[in-house]
Amino acid sequence: MEITSTLFTAKAIYVGIIFAITLGVAAYSTYFERIIAAFMQDRVGPDRAGPFGILQPLADAVKMFMKEDFIPANSNKWLFIAGPCLSMLTALMTSAVVPFGDQLDLGDGIILDLQGIDVNIGILWVFGIVSLGVYGVLIGGWASNNKYSLIGAIRAASQNISYELAMGLSIIAILMLSGSLSTKSIVETQQNGHWNILYQPLGFVIFLVCAFAECNRTPFDLPECETELIGGYHTEYSSMKLGFYLFSEYINMFISGAVMATLYFGGYDYLFNDYVAQISWLGEYAYNVSALLGLVVLIVKALIFVFIFMWVRWTLPRFRYDQLMGLGWTGLIPLAMFNVVLTGASMLFTVNDGGSNWMTVGASWAGVIIMLVVTFAYSEMKYKKKKLATA
Amino acid sequence: MKLSNKSKVLEQEEMTFAERIYLPAIVGGMATTLKHFFSKKVTIRYPEQKRYLGPVFRGHHILKRDEEGAERCTACGLCAVACPAEAISMVAEERKKGEENLYREEKYASVYEINMLRCIFCGLCEEACPKQAIYLQHDKMVPVFEDRSEVIFGKDKLVEKMDNRYLREGWK
Repeated sequence: MEITSTLFTAKAIYVGIIFAITLGVAAYSTYFERIIAAFMQDRVGPDRAGPFGILQPLADAVKMFMKEDFIPANSNKWLFIAGPCLSMLTALMTSAVVPFGDQLDLGDGIILDLQGIDVNIGILWVFGIVSLGVYGVLIGGWASNNKYSLIGAIRAASQNISYELAMGLSIIAILMLSGSLSTKSIVETQQNGHWNILYQPLGFVIFLVCAFAECNRTPFDLPECETELIGGYHTEYSSMKLGFYLFSEYINMFISGAVMATLYFGGYDYLFNDYVAQISWLGEYAYNVSALLGLVVLIVKALIFVFIFMWVRWTLPRFRYDQLMGLGWTGLIPLAMFNVVLTGASMLFTVNDGGSNWMTVGASWAGVIIMLVVTFAYSEMKYKKKKLATA
Repeated sequence: MKLSNKSKVLEQEEMTFAERIYLPAIVGGMATTLKHFFSKKVTIRYPEQKRYLGPVFRGHHILKRDEEGAERCTACGLCAVACPAEAISMVAEERKKGEENLYREEKYASVYEINMLRCIFCGLCEEACPKQAIYLQHDKMVPVFEDRSEVIFGKDKLVEKMDNRYLREGWK
């Protein structure tokens, strides 16, 4: 009884902290997005609200709340309200299965997992919730009763469905390596520097591209392109309902960064974590310190991904719609299938011949290089023929 | 026959392999933006930092006094005639005995007003003035006004202060 209630309290505190971190990161992402955009365009960005403008998110929030909360006359009122709520809800739910750290020893034999829930289908949970996230956009766009919103919503739906396929296929290779769907055991197989990025260079690139598309970020931000669709699915939205949509995008960015770190960059693993866990002057707390450092490391990894998201946004223009679909269906899905085959082949080295992990790593990189060379040679042949035909 | 031979026929070739997988171009573009990320910023944070405006900048108007401190303006009205925006108006008055140290000429402007919403800062008043009385200062902007009642600047705001004489760079 006593242990259960303590564990319950500790878990509640942990969930609250993760919630606060996620929302805080999302709020400051808006600020850093503007700062990064400004820096990349040789400007200085917002610097008026507080020192270096760090109160800018607060000012933005006040502005959002002060705006008129407008609901179009011919819209479906309840769905119009449900859209942004659903977006926000699904964005926040994904973080439940991300293992933000190892375990904390709270004394009296109470062990707290630094993870919301350790379900054995963790990665499927992420995929399920992410696909539910489309409903937020779709319902919002439909309920607005506006053709631009509807086109944006349809684009969002078709884009997310198309890229979820390649994303799922790229995950299959990870599952083959770890032998489990649980995010916790995926991270545990990567401990001590055996990060999946070494085994899965191609899979990571596919997953990264798909993550951009799933988050509706440039170069795949067709659902909300201002120039064609005046804002897409959130054309009719104002005040905090619009704020929810924008906010959920930033939460998605942070969470997908955390998921990518979990799947490909060892999660909360960092160099010397065994060393930190055995520092003598920390005594019994050494293990806890190591676990908390792991939590910080995972958040830093996720933030690096958030930076890459923004970096790409302020570098690349938007894809054309047929290019988007072409890339997804004819580019990424065959590549992801090839990646599954390549992973299986490279795993044969360790399983059958008792070779070291490095042979698996070498085999997977060699496979990617061979694939590139063969495709290059093939396209060169085709390319020359085309040129001769036109000349 | 073409009018000029400047037009070029654009031949769109098929994309090469490197172009079709996008990634080399994306990495190149990201290198460019990262270079700019660390480069020197061009922004001037205006109210705190001010750009040097140059010796020929046309800013806030001033009605000059001469060396003894007498107002130079003789209310001839040439500036008002020259003004394309019709921003200047004045009332002339005759100088009385004992006012020689106040006004340089025998006639002076008892009222001299510039409507700052009309003024376009062209500097034609400065060119028209035969007495070198009105100038557009090169180093001072018109102070901010927030109400329509503050728009018309009278002599109290325009006449040069004796403790803060205006000197152009060429005059020193």
